[in-house]
Amino acid sequence: MTTLSPASVTPSVARLTALHAKYTLIETFRIPIAVIGAMVFPALALLFFVVPNRAVAENPLFATQAVISLSVFAVMSNGLFSFGLTIAENREKPWDPYLRTLPAPGIARVLAQIFSTGMLGLVAIIPVVVIGGLFTAAEASPERIGLGLLALAISAVPFMLIGICIGYAMPMKAAIAVVQVVMFGLAFGGGLFLPPQIFADWLNAISKWFPSRQAREFVIWAVEGGPLEWWVWVGIIVWTVVFLALALVLFRRDEGRRYR
Amino acid sequence: MTDQPLGSFDRVTRRYGDIVAVDDVTLSIDPGQLVGLLGPNGAGKSTLLALLQGLRRPSSGTVRLFGGDPRDARNRQLLGTTPQETALPEALRVREVIDFVGGHFARRVSPDELADQFGLGDLLRRQTGSLSGGQKRRVSVALAFVGVPRLVLLDEPTTGLDVDARRALWEAIRAQRAAGVTVVVTSHYLEEIEALAERVVVIGEGRVLADDAIGAVLSHVGRSRVSFRTPDAEAAARLDFDAHHELEGENLVFTTTDADALVRALVGSGIAFSGLTVRGATLEEAFLALTDQSDRKVYS
Repeated sequence: MTTLSPASVTPSVARLTALHAKYTLIETFRIPIAVIGAMVFPALALLFFVVPNRAVAENPLFATQAVISLSVFAVMSNGLFSFGLTIAENREKPWDPYLRTLPAPGIARVLAQIFSTGMLGLVAIIPVVVIGGLFTAAEASPERIGLGLLALAISAVPFMLIGICIGYAMPMKAAIAVVQVVMFGLAFGGGLFLPPQIFADWLNAISKWFPSRQAREFVIWAVEGGPLEWWVWVGIIVWTVVFLALALVLFRRDEGRRYR
Repeated sequence: MTDQPLGSFDRVTRRYGDIVAVDDVTLSIDPGQLVGLLGPNGAGKSTLLALLQGLRRPSSGTVRLFGGDPRDARNRQLLGTTPQETALPEALRVREVIDFVGGHFARRVSPDELADQFGLGDLLRRQTGSLSGGQKRRVSVALAFVGVPRLVLLDEPTTGLDVDARRALWEAIRAQRAAGVTVVVTSHYLEEIEALAERVVVIGEGRVLADDAIGAVLSHVGRSRVSFRTPDAEAAARLDFDAHHELEGENLVFTTTDADALVRALVGSGIAFSGLTVRGATLEEAFLALTDQSDRKVYS
């Protein structure tokens, strides 16, 4: 009678993670406007603002820093959007409680979200790196690029956590607006669009508090070497702890409210 | 293993703030039954299902699913549940949704087989966002069966379907029942419970009001409505102590098992009355009478 799939083994966490990540990505790419925003904007910014500016584009040091800044921006906006909007949306849709009745442990769904966000982040920085490599004097050895990607992944954590906080703190429509404000605020304040070298002293002092500035300096250090200022790594750790704590508080509060 | 209940509630209470949604419920679901969970909106049916699905934690008492804690994903391997039809991810195709859900289970029915059983053949390639309400409902119900479950919970499975689609879905559910699946159906739609259920659990204000074979429950509930106007409603209300009664405008309305005896008693009592009507109660009226604790009664 009923044909059954040959595998009669309970799916592992790894398989469930892959399953959830696969369908999260399919869903995201079927409504491409969200992806296009994350992928196209950093590439366009590089193409329009950096490539024609020969003083930056022809200087290997500055050009590399510009490519890194926009890569940080790509990963940051991806983390903010992906977590902030997905969580805000899931809280409003009845599909999420249904998924929680399926036999998948919560960790598989969290890992799938991180994995799919990571994949999108990677997709978002590819055009930036390609354009930077072809049309500017930016340069780095393959090992340094590898280190840079690792540093990008680490410094992306505070942005994912900020996204989680926004997602749990407010409804979908508010989250869209807040994510955009936060994203551009962090981008300008952190020197991702305009290099901090041209900042006034007071702005530079404030900028060092921004997780976006810290992420920028951290990745530049990984790719170009040189000294690592203490406020860079301390900042990343402190923001990670602060937003992790806030995310947990908001998560618990959300459960309380939803179950009323 | 076969005698162990698939799901059980042992003195379970669940509160939301000050509201008691489930009040000291003890209930077990044994293999091979088709159980109807019946009650008005807000009676606690959905909370009972949410507890059994592991979505909610009981405030007190113990909920067991296949002998374990339903909040542990491993104990949900043999449980089938239904999303609300508005929940399906709009961008995914029906075949993908079936594959996504099926991927959680050790054993599963192939999408084509499932489409056969639930009449989804021509829908598999469509994105769920393009389906009609009735089609989404069929897909949602089918999803409960993709993992070859032993216990399936269906929350209002045919709400919003037309008559033909409803009967087709009932057929599909009965076929699953015949193949050995235990099914719990909630409904405030009485024809559905009558068509599907063998055992009926009536829920009102978070409590179990009746739990018996469907025939036995039906014989307990009043099946006739007797209505008349009278200046002395309080005395008239005492004519049939067992019947549910309430005031609807000027009319005193009884829901009774024996309309003849009530009318004889009314005439014999000498109480003034006018506008006497007697008609069969719908099942809905009959069950509402059983679950109604309202203050529209003349005495209580």
